[in-house]
Parts: sequence; C-alpha cells; structure tokens
Amino acid sequence: MSGLIEQNGLLGGWLMVIGQMLLFTVVLLLSLAFLLLMDRKVWAAVMMRKGPNVVGPFGLLQSFADFGKFLLKEIIIPSGANKTVFLLAPILTLTLAFAAWAAIPVAPGWVISDLNVGILYLFAVSSLGVYGIIMGGWASNSKYPFLGSLRSAAQMVSYEVSIGLIIITVILLAGSMNLSDIVNNQGGGFWTWHMLSFNHLLLFPVMLAMFVMFFVSALAETNRPPFDLPEAESELVAGYQVEYSSTPYLLFMIGEYLNIVLMCAMMAILFLGGWHGPVPLGADFVNQFPAWMVNLGHLAWFMAKIVFFFFLFALTKAVVPRYRYDQLMRLGWKIFLPTALVAVVVVGGYVVYSGVQA
Amino acid sequence: MELIAFYIFAAIITVSAMAVIAARNPVHSVLWLILCFFTAAGLFVLIGAEFLAMLLIVVYVGAVAVLFLFVVMMLDVDFVELKQGTLEYWPFAGLVGLAFIAEIAIASFARGPGARDVFNPAPGADTNAEAIGAVMYTDYVLLFQLAGLILLVAMIGAIVLTLRHRPEVKRQNIARQTARRRADATTKVSVEPGKGL
Repeated sequence: MSGLIEQNGLLGGWLMVIGQMLLFTVVLLLSLAFLLLMDRKVWAAVMMRKGPNVVGPFGLLQSFADFGKFLLKEIIIPSGANKTVFLLAPILTLTLAFAAWAAIPVAPGWVISDLNVGILYLFAVSSLGVYGIIMGGWASNSKYPFLGSLRSAAQMVSYEVSIGLIIITVILLAGSMNLSDIVNNQGGGFWTWHMLSFNHLLLFPVMLAMFVMFFVSALAETNRPPFDLPEAESELVAGYQVEYSSTPYLLFMIGEYLNIVLMCAMMAILFLGGWHGPVPLGADFVNQFPAWMVNLGHLAWFMAKIVFFFFLFALTKAVVPRYRYDQLMRLGWKIFLPTALVAVVVVGGYVVYSGVQA
Repeated sequence: MELIAFYIFAAIITVSAMAVIAARNPVHSVLWLILCFFTAAGLFVLIGAEFLAMLLIVVYVGAVAVLFLFVVMMLDVDFVELKQGTLEYWPFAGLVGLAFIAEIAIASFARGPGARDVFNPAPGADTNAEAIGAVMYTDYVLLFQLAGLILLVAMIGAIVLTLRHRPEVKRQNIARQTARRRADATTKVSVEPGKGL
C-alpha cells in the first residue's frame, strides 16, 4: 500500500487501494454466491437429490434469490437481547472475514497488502473470528445460543493451537512469514509443494501429515461438519444463530462461508503452492505475454485450488457423521497438539542441520 | 499522517480503557478491554513493530480475552451488590494511578525529547521477527526458557489443584472402543419358535 502511494501520489495511491479493496470484495461476494450453490449441489449429489434447480439454469441464480429473501425479511430482535452486542456480532464476523483477505496474494504481486508477517496476520484475524460467535450467543439471552457459543469458543481456541503449530512448520520450511515468499518457496513444480516436499525427502511424511491435520483443524476452526457442534441441529437447534433472522443471519452466513474460503486459500498457499501450476514448464513461452495475462493464469491456478478444497469441504459435510464433543476435544488436545509439536521439532532440526535456509 | 493515526488510536485506547471500568455489565467491560488490546496492537504497527502487534492480537485478544469472556459470562454476579462500596476504593485506586503516571513521566523525561526519532523497530535485522528471535534465542535464552518454565509450573499447579479423580464415573476407553468388533459384543442365537431363550 505504501508502495502504491509512492508511485501514484497520495490521492492516486489511496484511490488505487480503495479500488483494489472494492475489486476483492465484489469478486469474493460473487464467487461466494456460486460456491454456496456448489456446496448445496455437492451435498445433494451425495444424497442422490438434485439440489436447487429452479431459479435460473441449473439453479445458478439460487444464491441471489436467497440473498433477496434475506434482505426483505423482518429483523427480529428478542426483547431480552442485548441489542448493541446482538447486532454487532454478525457485523464483526463479516468484517473480520473480509479483513483477512487483505493479506492473501492471489497472483505474483496481486495482493492488497504484502505484509512481512502475513501468515501471522491471517492467524490473528481468524482467531478473532470467535468473538462474533461468542457475542452473538451471549447477546441473544437464550439457552441454546449460549450453549452453542460456549462450545464453539472452546472448540476454536483448541484447534487454533494445533493450526498455529502446523503453520510454524511451514514457516520453518519457507524461512519467511511473508505469504508471497512462502508461495515462491514452492515454485519448482508439484514435488516442491510443502504438502509433498519431495525436495526434502526426509520431511515428506511429516509435511503430508501436517497437511492432513491442517485440513481437519480447518474444518474444526470453521465449525464445519463433522465438527459443527456449535450449531448441531439435533441438540442445539442451530446454536448461536437461533435468534438471528434476516440480514444479521445473512451476515453471519456470509462471514462463515468467507472464512471457509479463506481456510481453503490458506491451505492452497501454505501447502499446495498457491498460484503456481503443478509443472513449471514453458516459462519462456509464457513470459512472451504481458505480465497481467501471466498473472491471470496464476490466478486461475489459485482459484482452481481453492475450489478443489471447497469441494473437499462440501464432500466432508456430506459423508462424515458428526463428532461427539469429548472426542473432538480429545482429538485436538491429545492427538493434534502433541503430533504438531513433534513435527515442529523434527522440521526445525532438519532445517538447522541440512541448512535449507540461507 | 502517522501522527493523526496515533492520536486516533490513543483516543480510542483511552476511551475504551475508561469504559472497561465504567461499564455496568462485566461482559461489556471485557468487550471494551478487547477493543483496547486491539488498538494497542495498532499502535505497535505504527512504530513498525508488526510482529509484536500480531502476537498481541493472537495471544491477548485471541486467547486470554476469550477466557476472560468465558469466566465473566458464566459468573452469576449480582451487579448492584458489586457496585456498592466502590467509593471506598477510590483513594487507593487514585494512588495507584498516580504512581503509574509518575513512573511513565519519569521514564519519558529521562529518555529526552528525541528518543522517538532514533527508535529502530528491527535493530540489526530485516524484520521485526528476526530481530526479536536473534536476541531472544541467544543472549536471553535462559531467561526465556525460565519464563516458559514458570508458566508450565503455574499450569501444572492449577491442574493438580483442580483435578479430582471420581471413581464412580464411567469412562470410555477409546482404544478398547475402537478395537471392538461385532463378534465381541453380540452373539447370534437361533431361537426355536414357542420356546424363548
């Protein structure tokens, strides 16, 4: 951002920054509409249903119809609710979900803010996401939402620990906390992706395990099935969302799905080479084209990876039964935490003794 | 520009810190406290210490304040009763506040007016994180480890104090549970009609 201001002057720089933010927001919201549909379609396909297919061809416009419905309904605020906090919670969730995208590099140089501590920023913002849920559950002044928010807070705090440690292994391997550097560290084809890391063959089993653990932790962190205990409909009706209706509910839902897409993007960046294609061939040919066209190609790879992970999220929702709460906690604290801790030691030792980083 | 941002952040911190004390509802107090932490992280970013800022958010806002919020939400406190007799503490609180102000004043006067200009957020390294790591794991490694050990002891102490073994509770042995097969739990009996088992 400061670079843009230096290049284009104060006013031009600010306009560029605001333009980038608008572009990100619009693209994210639009793609979210279709990802939501994809989620429902995949779910339906597993159950051998057709899914939404009435609004538009193949139900493509279903999300927009839902959007209109949410906007036009009445906002109901329970009389015993803490009004300010009640309305603040969904706004907070949505804002944080968008804020995290400021640090995501979608193609070489295409990022709103290329932070030195990009990965920590993502971690920090996603750890703030729990407040929207706690505040929403508490402010509703009702039993089920409160229980749901307590569950979700405990769950998210627990799995953040293992996510943090897994991220540390990637940071150690890449030698940087800058997301662009982490992606460029995996630029040499799919065998250098951190998920496989064939170029550090000793670490292959470790990093593969870290990747799987990150995926599972991401499911738990975003309260997705099989870890959707905060909104377990069979016990808590809908958890922290029970009292929400209309637009506040919509904000919660958009925030939740944006967080899921964010987790997919994080997995793509940390483990699957971000914007890099699987085989680094034809670089000479590609570089004949102007830079923005090359970047569009990179963007396509990045989005393809995100969609792939989103598909996995949707599939998991459809095929895996819900965990019991004590098993969830056991998995987080007794299995993931020690394993990730050992992995940090192993990767750290490897990096020190093999001198991977300069 | 930086100055404007500083004054905005400073104003938000001051107001939210006051609101922490003034709020009638303890949950609101904690929420104000979170805003205070968050803005303090903003101040860290302003002086170029982005690593510390992120750590502040991850540790204090993301973990510690969640626990605060947990505890406060679960407590069933009578707020009216709690508010009674607050006035008795004001002289003492004022004394503590005065001591704080005096200490900060002494420290800033001792450093002199030009101190901010020579401040370097990452001495001897490219980034903040590298600078901290280089010092923390070399010169101060013993102190760092000691701090970790103290925290560990505190944690174990808390667990030991609150751990109760209740023999009458039935617990699930996960290993045994997953090792169970259908043959271990069920038997197939062919019952002849009219006889029963």
